[in-house]
Amino acid sequence: MTTLTPVLTDTWDAEKSWSLDTYLAKGHGYEALRKALTMAPADIVTEVKTAGLRGRGGAGFPTGLKWSFLPPDDGLPRYLVVNADESEPGTCKDIPLLMASPQHLVEGVAITSFAINCHHAFIYVRGEVLHVYRRLLQAVQEAYDAGYLGKNVLGSGFDLDVTVHAGAGAYICGEETALLDSLEGRRGQPRLKPPFPAVEGLYARPTVVNNVESIASVPSIIRNGASWFASMGTERSQGMGLFSLSGHVTRPGQYEAPLGITLRELLDMAGGIREGHELKFWTPGGSSTPMFDASQLDVPLDYESVGAAKSMLGTRALQIFDETTCVVRATSRWMDFYAHESCGKCTPCREGTFWLKQILARVEAGGGVDEDIDTMVDLCGNILGRAFCALGDGATSPVTSSIQLFRDEYQAHIDHHACPFDPVKSALFEYTPKSRTGALAGAATLGGH
Amino acid sequence: MTATADKATGAEAPVPTVTLTIDDVEVSVPKGTLVIRAAEQLGIDVPRFCDHPLLEPVGACRQCLVEVATPDREGNLRSMPKPQTSCTLEATPGMVVKTAATSPVADKAQEGIMEFLLMNHPLDCPVCDKGGECPLQNQAMSAGRPDTRFIDVKRVFTKPLPVSAEILLDRERCVLCQRCTRFSDEIAGDAFIALQERGAEQQIGRFDVDILDYVDDGARGAEATLAGGALTPDGTPFASYYSGNTIQICPVGALTNASYRFRARPFDLISTPGIAEHDSSCAAIRVDHRRGVVMRRQAGDDPAVNEEWITDKDRFAFQWQCAPDRLTTPLVREDGELRPASWVEALELAAEGLAAARGQGGVGVLPGGRLTLEDATAWSRFARTALGSDDVDQRARVHSEEETAFLARTVAGTGMGVTFTDLEKAPLVLLVGLEAEEEGGYLFLRLRKAVRKHGLKVMGVAPFATRGLQRLNGTLLASAPGREAEWLGAVTAQATGGLLPADLPEQEAQAITDLAAALAEPGAVILVGERLAGSAGAYTAALELAAATGARLAWVPRRVGERGGVEAGLLPGLLPGGRPLTDAVARAEVASAWGVDAASLPTTPGRDVTGILAALTDGTLGGALVGGLELADLPDPAAARAALAAAGFVVSLEVRASEVTALADVVLPVAPPVERSGAYVSWEGRVRPFPAALDSAAQPDHRVLAALAAQLDVPFEAVAELPRWTGERVEAPVEAPADLPELPAGTAVLASWHLLLDDGALQDGEPHLAGTAKVPVARLSAVTAEGIGVADGGAVTVSTDRGALTLPVTVTDMVDHVVWLPLASKGCRVHDTLGASPGDVVRLGAAAAGSDEAANGGAA
Repeated sequence: MTTLTPVLTDTWDAEKSWSLDTYLAKGHGYEALRKALTMAPADIVTEVKTAGLRGRGGAGFPTGLKWSFLPPDDGLPRYLVVNADESEPGTCKDIPLLMASPQHLVEGVAITSFAINCHHAFIYVRGEVLHVYRRLLQAVQEAYDAGYLGKNVLGSGFDLDVTVHAGAGAYICGEETALLDSLEGRRGQPRLKPPFPAVEGLYARPTVVNNVESIASVPSIIRNGASWFASMGTERSQGMGLFSLSGHVTRPGQYEAPLGITLRELLDMAGGIREGHELKFWTPGGSSTPMFDASQLDVPLDYESVGAAKSMLGTRALQIFDETTCVVRATSRWMDFYAHESCGKCTPCREGTFWLKQILARVEAGGGVDEDIDTMVDLCGNILGRAFCALGDGATSPVTSSIQLFRDEYQAHIDHHACPFDPVKSALFEYTPKSRTGALAGAATLGGH
Repeated sequence: MTATADKATGAEAPVPTVTLTIDDVEVSVPKGTLVIRAAEQLGIDVPRFCDHPLLEPVGACRQCLVEVATPDREGNLRSMPKPQTSCTLEATPGMVVKTAATSPVADKAQEGIMEFLLMNHPLDCPVCDKGGECPLQNQAMSAGRPDTRFIDVKRVFTKPLPVSAEILLDRERCVLCQRCTRFSDEIAGDAFIALQERGAEQQIGRFDVDILDYVDDGARGAEATLAGGALTPDGTPFASYYSGNTIQICPVGALTNASYRFRARPFDLISTPGIAEHDSSCAAIRVDHRRGVVMRRQAGDDPAVNEEWITDKDRFAFQWQCAPDRLTTPLVREDGELRPASWVEALELAAEGLAAARGQGGVGVLPGGRLTLEDATAWSRFARTALGSDDVDQRARVHSEEETAFLARTVAGTGMGVTFTDLEKAPLVLLVGLEAEEEGGYLFLRLRKAVRKHGLKVMGVAPFATRGLQRLNGTLLASAPGREAEWLGAVTAQATGGLLPADLPEQEAQAITDLAAALAEPGAVILVGERLAGSAGAYTAALELAAATGARLAWVPRRVGERGGVEAGLLPGLLPGGRPLTDAVARAEVASAWGVDAASLPTTPGRDVTGILAALTDGTLGGALVGGLELADLPDPAAARAALAAAGFVVSLEVRASEVTALADVVLPVAPPVERSGAYVSWEGRVRPFPAALDSAAQPDHRVLAALAAQLDVPFEAVAELPRWTGERVEAPVEAPADLPELPAGTAVLASWHLLLDDGALQDGEPHLAGTAKVPVARLSAVTAEGIGVADGGAVTVSTDRGALTLPVTVTDMVDHVVWLPLASKGCRVHDTLGASPGDVVRLGAAAAGSDEAANGGAA
C-alpha cells in the first residue's frame, strides 16, 4: 500500500501557510538555498539530475538534463522562466500550490537561478487567477525583504531579480515558446524550433523554461539529497508529485504521493466514487491525455506505465466521471475549450477543432449522422502529429479515446437522435442545462437521417 | 576584419553541400537549404501556402508535410515519428524524404490539411479575382479530396474589410498563411496589418481603435494618409508604399485591389513583361491586359534588380497612359486655337516653324526626364543635327552647372557601376540628397534587405530622419539643405588627415570619424541624389569624398529616363557616351555615326533649362521643342509658362494634353510606354528593355523625330553603335559651398523633396492609390515652431513674395530654422506656389487657428 508523501503540501494545514514565516518555521524554509549557495552550481545541476526529477508540467523531460542543455556561459544574460500558466481542463495543482505555499517556488527559483547562473527569473502566471498573482507578488516581496532575492542573496554575492508576470488569458501561452513570445510582449503563438529556448529563448538568450511544481521540488532535493528523492516513486519516474482528484469523487483535492501510485489507491484515500455510483471513465493527466476506464484502475501512475497503457501521465489531473456522465457531452465540452483556445497559427488545430466542435455538438443534440464517428476519428488523425505544437495533438485525445472506449454510446446518440443521459443527474450542484446558442443552436437539425 | 575583406573581394567561401534523397532521387544542395527548395530543384511539387522563398519560414499552414527519415549516429535510417513541414526543415546529409508522390502518409497528411483549409473557404471561385491563378484552387485539385465531408456551418466575416484605400480584405477567403503580415514586417518594415483574435476567429486585420482601450493621443510615429485609415498602437497609420505586393503573394483571393476587384479573370488576360516607368530602379513588371486595355500590373521576377517586389506606384499607377486627355492626333494652332490635323500637315508645319526658329536665334530643346534610351538618343541627335543646337537639357527639376559637369564627368558613358547586388554586399551606404523610399522606389527594399540580412549600415545626410531612414536603422547626419557640402567636406578632411573644426559638437565629430573610417572599408558606397543640384558644392564634395576614401559613388536620379538621357547626351555640352561637346575628336566620332558633317555640330556648350527659358523669354531663342515635361515640376513654373508663351514657335511631343501642349503651336502625339517597345537605363546603368504590351498606332518619340528630320531633310537612319569613349572627359566640377544664408526672425531655410505618391501626372486616374498618399504637412523643429508660436498640430503659413502655403505642423526632431514641405503633393506645390526651391529662405508664420485649409491638410 502506497502512502502519501507530503512535501510541497506539508504545511498547507498550517496557519497562514502561504506566509514566509510559516515556511521558515514549519517547512525548513530556505535551508536548501543556504546549502545551495555553498555548492558549486554544476553540483546542483548534478544533484537534480541524479535525483531523477522529471518535468512536472506534463511532458516529463528530465529537469537537470534540460538545465545542462544551456550553452556555456558567455557572460551575457540567461534566463529562468517558470511556467505557471496552468490552464488545462482538469489540471489544478500549480494554482493550489501557489495559493497555499508559494515560497516553495520562490526558493526553487533562487536555487535554480544560482545553478544556471541566471540573474533575472520570470514567473509567468495565468492571468485569470488574480488572487494567485497577488499572493505570488506578496511572496516574492517577502523573499526580497528577507534577503533571499535581490542584490547579494544571503551575502553570497549572487544577485537575483524575480519578475512575476500575469498572462492575458490564453491556453496557448502554456506552450513554452508561446509563453516566451507573450512574455516579450508579442502575440502568444508558438515559435518555430529550432532554435530551442535553451539556445535562443527569452529575448533570444539561453533560457530554461520549467513548470511550477518542478522548480518547487528543487529545494527538497537539495535539502534532503538526491537519494532521498529517488527513493520515492518508480525506477524511472522518481520522486513525489501532486495528484489532483476532481469530479465524481467523495473527497476531491490534492494528494501528494510517490509516482507510481494507482488510481485505486488514491480513490481509497479519497473515499471512493461518490456514494451510490461507479467509475465510468477518468483522465490520468488532464483532458489532453487519452481517457481510461475502470480497467486501468491499477495502472501505476508513472510516466512509463501510463504511456504503456496508451495515455500520458501529463499533469496528474485525475478527473473522475461516474456512470451518470454522457461521454459525448464531456468530450463536446472539452472540444469547445480546444476550439476556443486554439491559437489559430496552424491549419489543423484551428480548423480541425472548429469542425470537431460542431460535429460533437450536433451528435450530442441528436443531429448526428452515421459517418460522423468515422469522420471524427479521421479528422483527429489529420490533426495528430500534423499540428504546429503539442496542443493540437492534445485536442484529439478525448475524441479518439472516448470513441475507442464508448463507440456504442456515440452510435446510440446518432441512432436515437438524442442524448440518452440526463445532465442534471451528473451534476454535483443545482443545475439547469442551458441550450446552445449561436452557430450551434440548430445543431440537432443539421445532420439527421 | 577578415570577413569584411572577403566581402570586398567578393570571394565567398564555398558553401558546403549536403546530399539527400527525395522520392528516391538523390540531390546535392548547399548546406542550409530547406527541403522544399531541394524538392523544387528536382522538379518535385510540394504544395504550400505560407512558404515563400523571400520570406522567413513560419510553418503555419502545414500543407507541405512530407515523411522524413534521417540516419542516426550508427548510420541506421530512423523515421521521424511525425510528418515534417518541408518549408521549415533544413536538408541534412543522408536524409530520406518522401513526398506525397511516394508516401501514403504524406499524401494523407496533405489531403487532410487541404480539407481543413477548404472547410471554411467560400466556394466563390467563379467570381474571385484569384480564380484561375490561385494556388489554393490549383493545389486543391492536385492534393485535395474530390468532395467535402463538412456539413456544418462555415465561419463568416463581414467583407470586404478595407485595409487601405486600395487594398480590400476578404477574411473568409484567407487561409492565414501570414505571407502578407510577414511581408510588411520583414520586407517593407511598415506597420500595416497583423493577426488578430485566435482559433477559427483568427484573422488578418488592421488596428482597431475600438479595442484594447486605445487612446489616440495624436502622437504620430509616421505620416497620415489622405484616405485616412486606422492607426497602429504606436500611432502609425496603416500606409505602405509596398502594400500591393501582399496582393500578389497572397495564395488565395483574400487581398484584392480596389480598382481591379471583380474586373477581369486571369485566364482572359494577356501578360507582357515590362519595366516600370516611375523611378530609376526600373523594376521588372508584368503588364496584364485584355482586349487592348491594361487591367493590372504585377511585379516581375528579376532577382538581379527588384527580386519580386515593386512599389504601389509601379503596380497601380498606369491609368495615365490611357487617360481621357490622351492625345490621339496631331494638333496645329490656327487662329489661336489648337485643331486636329493630319500627320502630314502637322509635320510640315512643325518643320517649317522649327527651321524658322532656328534662323531666329535657335531652338531650345527640353525633352523631359522620362524618355527611353532610344528616344533620348533621337532627341540628342535631332537637337544637334536637325536643329544645330546644344541648348538641350532633360532636367525638369532643380539643376546646376555643377551637376552638368558632375554627370558628364562621372556618370555618362560609365556603364554599369554600383549595382543592387553591390549594395547588398556593402558594409556602408551613405545617402546624400536622396530619400531611398520616397525617391528610389524599390531601391529602399533592397537597402532594407541588406540591412536585415547582411548587416549593412546606412547613414543619411538629411534635415531629419525619415521613417524610411529609421526603417533602415540608419544614422542621421543632420544637415540643413544647402549644407551637405560642409558635411562631406568634413569627412573628406578627416579621411585625409585634416583637422575637424574645434567647435564641432562631440557627437558630430564622432559621426564624422566613424563615417570616414566606414567609407574606407572595401565596398562602401555613396549614393547621391539629384537634389544635390540645389546644394552648391555638394557634388564637388561628394567626388572629393569618394576619392579620399575609396568609396564607390553612384548617382540615383528620381525619373526613369534621366540616366538614359545622360548616356544619350541630353545635357548641354555633352554628346552621347560621355563625349565632351568641346572635344573635336568626340564631335567627329558622333558626326560620323550620325552621318553628318562634323562642322555642322555645335561646338560650344549650350544653355541649360534655366538658360533656355530665359532666352525664350527675351527672344534670344526663336523657338522650343518640348517633350514630356510638366511645367509645374520646373524650379520656376511661372517663368517657364511665360517663356513658352513668349516663344516664337513651340513644338510639343506629348502623350497627354498638358500645360505645354496648351502653349504649343504644333502638338505631335507620342506613345506611352505600354504602347511601344524601348529600353530604360536604371540608376545602376543597367539597360532595361521592354516590349510593347498593346498593339497601337501611336508612335514613340524617336519615330516622330525621324519623321520631322525627314521633313527637314536631315539624315536620321539607324547607325552603328558608338564605340566606348576613351578620350578626355568633361572637367570635374569645382564649386564651393554657398555662404550661410541670412535668417531674419520669422524665416527659415526650405527643405523639400518629392514623396513617392504625390501630385505627379503619372499617378492620374487612380484615386485608390492617391488615397494612400501621405497628407502634406510642414515639419519644423520644436525650436523653430516655438519661434513662430505654433504647436504640433497647429498650422503654419510658409510664404515668399510669390505666394503662400498653409499646412498642418508636425513638430519633428530635426535641424532648427528649417521648414520641410513635400515638394509636389496635392495642395502643396512648392515650386509652383512659392517659386522657391530647397535651400531658399522662406517666411514662416503661424496661420489662423482652426483654419479649414490647414485641417484638411493643404492649401488650395
